[in-house]
Amino acid sequence: MNFLRSPRAIPYLLLLPAILVILAVILLPLLVSLWSSLTPYVLTRPASLYQFVGFRNYERLWGNSDFWWAFLRTLVFVTVALNLEMVLGLGLAMLVNQITWGQRTIRTIMMFPMMFSPILVGFLFKYLLNDSIGFVNNALYSLGLITDPVPWLVDGTLANLSIIAAEVWMSTSVFAILLLAGLMAIPAEPLEAARVDGCNGWQVFRHVTLPFLMPFIYIAMTIRSLDVARAYDMIRIMTNGGPAGRTEMLWTLIARVGYQNSQMGSANAMGYVSILLSIIFTFYFYRKLADARAFMGGAQ
Amino acid sequence: MTSITTELAAPQRRSMRKLRRRWLVWAGVVFAMIVLCLPGLWVVLTAFRPNVEVLARPTIWLPQNPTLENFLKIFGLLPQVQEGLPVAQYFLNSLVISVTSTVVAVLIGMAGGYAFARFRFRGKSTLFIAFMLSRSVPGVALSLPLFILWSRVGLIDTPLGLITVYLAINIPFTIWLTDGFFRQIPVELSEAAQIDGCSRWQAFWRVEFPLARSGLASAAIFAFLTSWNEYALASQLSRTVASKTMPVGLMDFTAQFTVDWTGMSAMAVLIIIPALILTFIVQKHLIAGLTFGGVKG
Repeated sequence: MNFLRSPRAIPYLLLLPAILVILAVILLPLLVSLWSSLTPYVLTRPASLYQFVGFRNYERLWGNSDFWWAFLRTLVFVTVALNLEMVLGLGLAMLVNQITWGQRTIRTIMMFPMMFSPILVGFLFKYLLNDSIGFVNNALYSLGLITDPVPWLVDGTLANLSIIAAEVWMSTSVFAILLLAGLMAIPAEPLEAARVDGCNGWQVFRHVTLPFLMPFIYIAMTIRSLDVARAYDMIRIMTNGGPAGRTEMLWTLIARVGYQNSQMGSANAMGYVSILLSIIFTFYFYRKLADARAFMGGAQ
Repeated sequence: MTSITTELAAPQRRSMRKLRRRWLVWAGVVFAMIVLCLPGLWVVLTAFRPNVEVLARPTIWLPQNPTLENFLKIFGLLPQVQEGLPVAQYFLNSLVISVTSTVVAVLIGMAGGYAFARFRFRGKSTLFIAFMLSRSVPGVALSLPLFILWSRVGLIDTPLGLITVYLAINIPFTIWLTDGFFRQIPVELSEAAQIDGCSRWQAFWRVEFPLARSGLASAAIFAFLTSWNEYALASQLSRTVASKTMPVGLMDFTAQFTVDWTGMSAMAVLIIIPALILTFIVQKHLIAGLTFGGVKG
């Protein structure tokens, strides 16, 4: 009681509501999910929630080729998409940084894709890439580049590329805007000093601009890794894992096993794998960000 | 003589190269902007077309007979067309759920952000990282246990169930943003007010709150947009028209037997408009908040 009245308790009291909500809506479900991943829980048989089977669900995942394909595909998707977004975002930021007139307007236009939720982006690309009435096929046809419609979302390889394209379209702006803010914050002196010392454009970029941008790149990476799983929405509406499971990622597989097949125990085991994967990604970039921040603080 | 001409030509050549470079930069920027804008623009155009134009061959690029029919149709205001989905109810659900969860999340998150910005306490950095990590749990994975729990406590398919979930999603980010904004306000201001006789509580509301208001507004808009756009959790935790939101409705729409591209586009436009307006309002704070909240931490 004394502690609660003391000034030392104030920050904890201020944080109490936030902590309670997170405990109830994130941590408790995570425990439930951990428990149910150790049971053969099937939605239609509630009693199976109390039947402990140890790591059987996880052992089964080990030999489940669908799972491993989805796992691999998710890793490749995240790596390719994040890197592409980073490189394109950096390029776009450097282009926009060169212009002086109308830069504010360009920056506003750049935010356009950020206003779309993943489900909308998915719908957008599903519509644009539709083989019979889609904009892309119509445009290619009118330009005389194709004679037969291209099955963008029906062919396995093309569908994967389409999903990556949609993801890159949606998120390149996040990188571009954050990196542009970083570019604009670079002090002029080191750049001029490097030029006076005889560095060429590439050397200036490599040794002055890029190190300075690193914290901004990590911020963007941290933000993106927080919500990269939102790609589920996009894939759900574009292909829903199809054709024939060729675009199945961890997230769509989890939803299918859990809700359509009602195998909650098994789905939760997969869910746990995907949760750990996200947390590792986020934690990694967050640590990098903290390091970069400490470095910047030390340099000032 | 020759030396003089080269001396004259060099700066001229340099300015020529500069001009060409500027044109190249602009060409690149314009191309990028077209790629970024075109898909959205195309859907907006579709929302105002009659269905025949979508299916027409050869392609009709600009709408020849712009119409509001699609919007009237999805709201069930056209008597001759049978209403497919209760879009008006979805819209209302989305609005109620997003606004409520935003207001509460900003209040709770503001308290938390203030605690992180102004106090030193044990376990501070661990707690901060824990909040951030809680945000990284993928929605689908979280929806499974929430589905089990919410069906036991009767929160499944209720607006309250979704509001609670969105609170938990929005609070960590609000804490992150408000922490950054409160840090930018000098502590001395609040201290001066307290010397002048304010309590710490009064000092907060009279000095620090008004200064952080723009930051809080952008935190609120972020929270609203997250709830407004969320699909993975909403699709599993809502079952009927009682709590289905607009993104879930859009998905239902695409899953229907008859493909109605114009109706779906109209619905997509309805989802975009609030996002468009709100993002436009906060764009300045968005960049400042994201970068300085992160870099100066």
